[in-house]
Amino acid sequence: MLELSEQQELMRKVVRDFVEKEIAPIARQIDEEDTCPVELFQKMAPLGINGVFVPAKYGGAGLGFTEMVLVLEEIARHAAGLALGLVAHYMGVYAIMTWGSEEQKQKYLPRICSGGFSGLSITEPGGGSDFTGQKSTGQLVDGEWVLNGRKCFITNSHCMSVNVVTVRTGEDAKGRPQISAFIIEGDTPGHTPGRKEKKAGLRGSYTGEIILNNVRLSPDNLLGKPGDGAKISLGTLGEMGRTGTAAAALGILRGCLEESVKYAKERIIYGKPLSNLVNIQMIIAQNRTDYEAARLLTYNAAGLKDAGKPCAQEVSMAKFFATEASVKAAKRTMDLMGGYGVITDYPVSRFLRDAVATIPACGTSHIMQVIIAGAELRK
Amino acid sequence: MNIAVCVKPVPDPGHYNRININPETKLLDRKGIPVIINPVDKNAIEAALQLKEQCGGKVVLVSMAPPDTVETLKEALAMGVDEAYLLSDRAFAGSDTLATAKILAAGLKKIGQLDLILTGSESADSGTSHVPSQLGELLGLPHLNHITELSLELPVIKMKAKIENGYVEYEGRLPMVLGVAREINTPRYTTLMGVVMAQNKPITIWGLNDLGLDPAGTGLSGSPTQPGDLHFPRHGRKSEILKGEPEAIAGKIIAILRSAGVLA
Repeated sequence: MLELSEQQELMRKVVRDFVEKEIAPIARQIDEEDTCPVELFQKMAPLGINGVFVPAKYGGAGLGFTEMVLVLEEIARHAAGLALGLVAHYMGVYAIMTWGSEEQKQKYLPRICSGGFSGLSITEPGGGSDFTGQKSTGQLVDGEWVLNGRKCFITNSHCMSVNVVTVRTGEDAKGRPQISAFIIEGDTPGHTPGRKEKKAGLRGSYTGEIILNNVRLSPDNLLGKPGDGAKISLGTLGEMGRTGTAAAALGILRGCLEESVKYAKERIIYGKPLSNLVNIQMIIAQNRTDYEAARLLTYNAAGLKDAGKPCAQEVSMAKFFATEASVKAAKRTMDLMGGYGVITDYPVSRFLRDAVATIPACGTSHIMQVIIAGAELRK
Repeated sequence: MNIAVCVKPVPDPGHYNRININPETKLLDRKGIPVIINPVDKNAIEAALQLKEQCGGKVVLVSMAPPDTVETLKEALAMGVDEAYLLSDRAFAGSDTLATAKILAAGLKKIGQLDLILTGSESADSGTSHVPSQLGELLGLPHLNHITELSLELPVIKMKAKIENGYVEYEGRLPMVLGVAREINTPRYTTLMGVVMAQNKPITIWGLNDLGLDPAGTGLSGSPTQPGDLHFPRHGRKSEILKGEPEAIAGKIIAILRSAGVLA
């Protein structure tokens, strides 16, 4: 049995209260206009949402990853795009919190827990999963790091105040690319957003390019040691980013479940509610079961992370299952609603677009399966 | 400045369609219905917290409710209230507004040293607006209800209360009992940090004996208001079927419309 504590249930209630008042009423507008509601992000900060797992001494709420999942599920129930913006923000926060020096934590974490956006910039036009193939460079010139290159599909690209960026800084003894991570403040000369992508789903978070044009950084901006880029970015993506994306898909699944039940009860056909029909009940049963399975997988993965136990396989299973299940649930819910399912007055078509977009976020389903199978075969 | 806020846990209005009235006891059957803090009571908490921020002191919560509402009270503690008193006893079950006010007044007297007592102007489930005035009378304090503005310029408190066709401005001196209206403020959002801190804030539970109350004066036996018979309103519309030749029917329709004042 997986049960949240009374404290966590109260947290869910207060986050839901905020989401229902501030986010749900504008969720459709966020999607249609495809803009990131920066002001909402600043409203969430005093509640402790933006730094939910960050220790209080750095301006966070001092909670854990279970609470992070809870927050993301509640937001994604109505606005998955905004939730993914928060996941990307959490990745920058997590990278600095986990691998930053004490000075870096004190300098950057309070800022990004109190309303500033963060993010993680890894992917390049050559590919996201081909981590070592990245072409952006960092060279040490006269005691300063000089970064050049182009990152793409970067969430929060156009609103970041603190960006964690990986670049190639040389080769190791075996001739393999050495990737290092840097903290870049958003207004650093040469660090600019490029093209903003027009997405089919998860609209409401900016996704686009980051251009690095002779960005000059002090050695203090290096996160970890030279060559730690792989450890930092894959560690961030692998545990935090994917747990967050699974939580966003979980929110979509709950949206599908609640909307399908509501519609089935309210829609009268041949004088009776749609919910009287067995085929409709089957859709609701599938939505409920998928939500429950994804919930158990996701909260279990977050609980393992909170307990400091290895969880890469569990996180990958949660992400793989929840994202794929959310697509199926959204499609099923559209089927249930017939013609109304495709009308944008109802949120379900948005759920489908958002669900599809969660699959490539933080690693595709194919990559998740490779990780899950790899862990299983190594046993 | 010490402020007490009286709050009532009420059934979540989002689940009103699941609430039934027990035809025998004439009481609401609330089983399985989530409980929330009466919405306008949150405005009273917000008003109290703002006054505390202005003047310092302490904000305490007082509620008469079953013991399982402790978690609901924690939400109020998470908003920033310092401590809570839950007045709970089997003997309190079925209390009407007067019996409730007597129990709350006993709790408030036992707490003592209060400068201001705030309540919501009415509860979402019964909506009588009785309790603020009853509390004031029982405590021997001046009282006002439906307060939409409140400012403190010690020792004077200035208030604006809405009435049917406008508002009335008052000035008074503490201590007082005030029922606040929804318009007075927007309650703050509860923070995650507030939820964590609420876990360590004290909640004192007092029963009948702790309050020194006579059981005959509380609960159903102490309630002068007793529900009468239940009647379920009919929602059918009055109808009349007209028969005859079309011209004659048309004439009758015109006559009906004229008699109803629809046609001149």
